[in-house]
Amino acid sequence: MKTRWLRLAAVSAVALTLAACGGGSGTTPSGKPAAVPSIAMKQSIGKGEGQLNLVAWAGYVEYGQDDPKVDWVHPFTKQTGCHVNVKVAGTSDEMVTLMRTGQYDGVSASGDASLRLIYGGIVAPVNTKLVPNYADVAPYLKDAAWNSVDGRMYGIPHGYGANVLMWRSDKLPTAPKSWSVVFEKNSPASGHITAYDSPIYIADAALYLKAHNPSLGITNPYELTQKQFNASVNLLKQQNTMVHDYWSNYLNEVHAFKAGDDWAGTSWQVIANTAQSEGAPVKTIVPSEGSTGWSDTWMIASHAQHPNCMYKWMNWIASPQVQAQVAQWFGEAPANPKACAYTEKGFCQTYHVKDYAYYKRVAFWATPIASCGNGQNNCVDYSKWTQAWTDVKG
Amino acid sequence: MTTTSVTDRPEAPAGPTGHRLSALLHNRPGLRLGGLLAGPVAWLGVVYVGSLVVLLISAFWTIDTYTGALIRSFTLTNFETLFTQSVYWHIIGRTVAIALAVTVFDFLLAMPMAFYMAKVASPRSRRWLVVAILTPLWSNYLVKAYAWLVMFSNGGLIDWVTKPLGLGNPGLSTTATVITLAYLWLPYMVLPLFAGLERLPDSMLEASGDLGARPWYTFRHAVLPIVTPAILAGCITTFSLSLGDYIAVSIVGGTTQMIGNVILSNVGSANNLPFAAALAIVPAVIMLVLLAAVRRTGALDAM
Repeated sequence: MKTRWLRLAAVSAVALTLAACGGGSGTTPSGKPAAVPSIAMKQSIGKGEGQLNLVAWAGYVEYGQDDPKVDWVHPFTKQTGCHVNVKVAGTSDEMVTLMRTGQYDGVSASGDASLRLIYGGIVAPVNTKLVPNYADVAPYLKDAAWNSVDGRMYGIPHGYGANVLMWRSDKLPTAPKSWSVVFEKNSPASGHITAYDSPIYIADAALYLKAHNPSLGITNPYELTQKQFNASVNLLKQQNTMVHDYWSNYLNEVHAFKAGDDWAGTSWQVIANTAQSEGAPVKTIVPSEGSTGWSDTWMIASHAQHPNCMYKWMNWIASPQVQAQVAQWFGEAPANPKACAYTEKGFCQTYHVKDYAYYKRVAFWATPIASCGNGQNNCVDYSKWTQAWTDVKG
Repeated sequence: MTTTSVTDRPEAPAGPTGHRLSALLHNRPGLRLGGLLAGPVAWLGVVYVGSLVVLLISAFWTIDTYTGALIRSFTLTNFETLFTQSVYWHIIGRTVAIALAVTVFDFLLAMPMAFYMAKVASPRSRRWLVVAILTPLWSNYLVKAYAWLVMFSNGGLIDWVTKPLGLGNPGLSTTATVITLAYLWLPYMVLPLFAGLERLPDSMLEASGDLGARPWYTFRHAVLPIVTPAILAGCITTFSLSLGDYIAVSIVGGTTQMIGNVILSNVGSANNLPFAAALAIVPAVIMLVLLAAVRRTGALDAM
C-alpha cells in the first residue's frame, strides 16, 4: 500500500516536470494586443454554402425544438438553402470558448463577450451594406461601445433589454424611485434583497455611485479605475449583509418574488411579466440613476467556413417579421423597430421600443478591459471583476 | 503443439481463428490476465488517474485575461492567489464545516435508524424499511433540492410548522444548506450502517448483557469495534458528497458560497479553467488527507 502511494506521487512528479518543461516551447504570448487585429470584411455575398454553424443563447435560434409553432430556421433554410446547426451556450464566456475552436460561423454575442471576440481576432467586421435590414435597426444600437471598435461595426444588433428594478408593491408601500432601496443601509427591503449573480453586476454598483458619489468621477460603469472599482466593490459588500439571495437562473427569481422572500432587486422585464402572470404583485422601474442592460449582436467568425450563409442569416434575423418572433419568444426589445408592426398589441410599449429617452439611461453590458476610453491603460479588467465578485459574496 | 492439433483436424466445426485464440490464451496465462485487465486498467489509468493528472498540470497554467486564451507555462500564480486571499480560506473553511455538520447530523440520525432496522424490526418490516430508505433515491436530486426551496420559502411548510411554536425559519441560508444536504445524503449513511449492523451477531449483544454490561458499555466495546468500518464508509461518502456539492447550495443557500460554487463561476463566467483546477485540488487534497488518516486507524483493511 505504501509503495503504491509513493509510485503515484512519483508519477505525478514526473508529469509535473514534463508539463513545466513542455510549457516553455509552445506558449502563446501574453499581454494585451496593442490594436484590434486587422481582418478584412467581405465585399460581396455569393451563393450560400449549404451549411451554417451558430453559437447562440437559448431561444435565439428556434427550429421548433421547444414549441413546434416557434420556428424561424426552416423558412430561412427554404429561402437560402443554408442548413442551420446551432450550439446553445449558457454564458458569455462559454461563447468565447466555443468561438475560439474555429468551428462556428457566427455567434449571438452579448456586450460582455463581444470585445474579447474582437480583440482576440475571432470575429470579423461586418460590411453592413451587404445586410439590407441593418438600415432599419434602431440608431442607438449602431456603432456602440459593445459592438463596434473605431467606428467599424462587428455585427448586426439582435435585441436588447434593461436590467430593471423590480419590487413587491404590497411589501414596500412607497414605490422606490432609486436603486438606493437595494444598496443603502437603512433600506426598507433589508434582508429581502436580491442581486444578479455575475461579476458584471459590479457595474450596477458603479452606476449607482456615478450618480451618488460624483467625487469618484465615474463616467462609464464598465471602465473603472482601481479607486472607483474598490468603491463599487465596497458598496456591494455593504449590500451583501442585506441580500437574501443572488439569482442567475431566472425561474429562481420568479419563485423568490412570488413567495415573498425577495421584495426588491434587479430583474428583467420578462421575469416581471412571468411573476405577474403567476399572481405576484410586482412592479418594475428604471430608477433615477438609470440601469444596466444587455444588447446582443450577431457576429461573424473571422475564419467562417460558410460566410455567405452567415451574411444571409444576419439579414434574415434582422428582418421585421423574424425580429417580431424572436423578441416575443425571448421577451426582449427587437433591434429593428419595424418589428412592432408584427408583434402582439402592447408588446412594443411594454418593452419601450422606439423610446429613445428610456434606453439612453441604460448602460449596456460591455467587457471591462484595461484600456479605458480616456486612452489610458489604468482600468480594472474582467478577470479582476471575477475575483472581486467571489470576494463580495464571501 | 497447438498448431499441430489444429492442422490435425481441419474438419473441426469451430472457426480456426477462434480455436487458435482460445488455445493461445489457454497456454499463456499472462496474456489471458492481460487481456482481461486491459480494459479496467486503461479506464483507471487513462480516464480516471489521467484526468486527475491533467487537472493537476493545468492548475499551474494561467489564462490571458484579455482574450481568455490558455498560457501553457509553469507558474504558481493560481496557488498564490488561492493562499494569500483570505476569502478563499473562508470559503474552504465554510465548506469543510458544512460537510462536517452534514456528516455528524446524518450519523446521529442514521445510527438509531440502522440499529432498529438491523436488530429490532421483524424481517418483514425490515424489508419495507429498506424500501422506504431507498425511495427518495428514485427521484431526481434537483427535484428534491427545489422541494426544500419551496419548504424554506416564506409561507412554506417550515414557516407553517415553526410559527405556532414561536420559532424562526432559517430561510435560505447555510443552515438550510446543511439540512438539505443531510436529507439528500442520508441513505448513503443508513445503508452502510445497516449492512454493518446486520453482520453483528445477536449473540454478542446477549453475551455482553449476560456478563453484566450496561447498554452504553455494550455499544462502546462490542458494537462499535465491529461496525467502525461501516461508520467510516458512511461518513466518507457523506462527507465527500457534501464537500463537492454546489447545486443544492445554489438553490437553498441564499448567499452562501462553497468551493464548488467558486469552481463553477471560474469555469463558467470567468472562463479561468486553470484557477478552477487549482481550486479543485483543494477538496481532493482534503479527501486524501482524510483517507490517509482513516487508513492509519486500520479501518480500511476491514472494509
